[in-house]
Amino acid sequence: MAKDLVEFKNLETHFHTSAGIVKAVDDVSFTIREGETLCVVGESGCGKSVTAMSLMRLVEMPPGRHAGGEILFEGKDLLKLSKREMSRIRGNEIAMIFQEPMSSLNPVLTIGEQITEPLALHLLLDRKAAKKRAIELITLVGIPRAEEIFHSYPHELSGGMRQRIMIAIALSCDPKLLIADEPTTALDVTIQAQILDLMRDIKRKLNTSIMLITHDLGVVAEMADFVVVMYAGKVIEEAPVLEIFKDPQHPYTKGLLKAKPIINEKKERLYSIPGQVPNPVDLGDNCHFHDRCEFCMDICRTKLPPLRVHGDHNHKTACWLYEEEGKAQ
Amino acid sequence: MTETLIQVDNLKKYFPITGGILQRVVGNVKAVDGVSFHINKGESFGLVGESGCGKSTIGRTLLRLNDKTEGKVLFKGEDIHSYSKEKLRSMRPKMQIVFQDPYSSLNPRIKVGEAIGEALLDHGLVSPRDVKQRVLETMRICGLADYQYDRYPHEFSGGQRQRIGIARALIMNPEFIVADEPVSALDVSIQAQIINLLSDLQREKNLTYLFISHDLSVVEHLCNRVGVMYLGSMVELADTEELFSHPLHPYTKALMSAIPIPDPTLKRERIILKGDIPSPANPPSGCKFHTRCPIAADICKQANPEYREVRKGHFVACHFA
Repeated sequence: MAKDLVEFKNLETHFHTSAGIVKAVDDVSFTIREGETLCVVGESGCGKSVTAMSLMRLVEMPPGRHAGGEILFEGKDLLKLSKREMSRIRGNEIAMIFQEPMSSLNPVLTIGEQITEPLALHLLLDRKAAKKRAIELITLVGIPRAEEIFHSYPHELSGGMRQRIMIAIALSCDPKLLIADEPTTALDVTIQAQILDLMRDIKRKLNTSIMLITHDLGVVAEMADFVVVMYAGKVIEEAPVLEIFKDPQHPYTKGLLKAKPIINEKKERLYSIPGQVPNPVDLGDNCHFHDRCEFCMDICRTKLPPLRVHGDHNHKTACWLYEEEGKAQ
Repeated sequence: MTETLIQVDNLKKYFPITGGILQRVVGNVKAVDGVSFHINKGESFGLVGESGCGKSTIGRTLLRLNDKTEGKVLFKGEDIHSYSKEKLRSMRPKMQIVFQDPYSSLNPRIKVGEAIGEALLDHGLVSPRDVKQRVLETMRICGLADYQYDRYPHEFSGGQRQRIGIARALIMNPEFIVADEPVSALDVSIQAQIINLLSDLQREKNLTYLFISHDLSVVEHLCNRVGVMYLGSMVELADTEELFSHPLHPYTKALMSAIPIPDPTLKRERIILKGDIPSPANPPSGCKFHTRCPIAADICKQANPEYREVRKGHFVACHFA
């Protein structure tokens, strides 16, 4: 079995707002193993991006606050590192790409300048070596005419090309972990297919671990080795990819899988989960999904279900339906 | 007997590109370049394609929110692009539009109930005394509660705002609704709610939809017939079942194979298209798709393939179909 690379242990990231405390990440624990693609899925506001930002220590504080827990990266707690130590890890060992590549690239610098910057900073390469490496990276991410692209500006490239450049920058220091936060959401399907293909290719060639954040279960099925499902700041289910699609346990996971229209499988009517995501301010100590759940029991309204193994050894679910207390009802 | 509600003949819409000190027209973005199709009464017609293929421009031109460059748009057999301003205005309630991002189409300082009723009053279709009643009825149909009448747009979630957007269109009692990516900005669980609402409304009110989307799976679920667009041209058009079981155009096939399917055990032949969508200001010669087509031959670079009917109701523009 592969070694653990990142371990989230009871992570709590809160935001203090005028309306009250928002527990964006509320007691979240899961593990990313070496060479594995882990997908975090969930709807807007479920805390999937804040989990990744906490790992990079990019959550703005205040209003954000680490209220507890640890994030172990190769055994070190990232939350205890000094700013300086952290910036050595960021970009070097852990790199991140975002949804909107245009807003992550500097519009007044050429692509070349932006790729060589981390190379000079982290790997201390001189200009000539950095340029050589940059051209290699641009070629690696599947862009022809690397030399020409090296001298162009972000606005001259298409959305798909920009995302490729972001991936090239992220890979520049050969990171152990690549965090991709909805990397294909802003792209057209045919371009999305290209980028996903590229990410699979990179994982195979470089054995990089990937933490992929997405709301698209189709992308999950294609990319993931292991899946973490989040809802309202909590992990409600986690399992290997085959397991979660074959035997989803949590009613929310089941609902998500049924609600998505699938090509060539026409249904008369789509299943829909009633209601909407709860207001994240001051959520109670109960199952946050209870008011949308068709199996809601009394205990769900009053008590928080623990995330525990049910069935297969690494398939965990937080739902009272699978607990003795719940079954008694 | 099916009745044609909308007939589009060889529609063209060019947006001029200006340049130089005198802002002379130096070129055209051919957003829609010679598209023909019709929409029957009571059906949903899906228009799919990637960004910049002209699908939204068609939607807007059909409602005359843009002027056309060439061609014809007939609504119930009448050319709405030849209408005078007054006559067009009196037609407007019959044709409505629902946008992708309902937040940017709502005024943040106007209460939602008033925003929904605004157009009714403006068109004088209801007296100020009765308007609230009508708004509340429509809100209920769209799954909104009465107390939400006095709320402001920021108090609603994305899915609810889309319900407001639908209510605003629906209250005019339209015959035809253009839905421009109405569920693209929504989460999966909410997306299913809105899709179901749209199909319920269609059945109850016998509405006709032009449903614009980049998501083939949503279109397959909701539409009777589907047209696939690429760079301003229709490349394939057929009944939904026919199109999804026998796609003929290589672009349609590639689009379908590019959609990620939520089943990790599925092994598929993936067609991954090379390169990007060319600029509509300077489209490739011959068949516009030849630069990315996996089966392109010499003829594709030279001659634009004819858009022809290969089976009953199944149109395609490809030399090899």
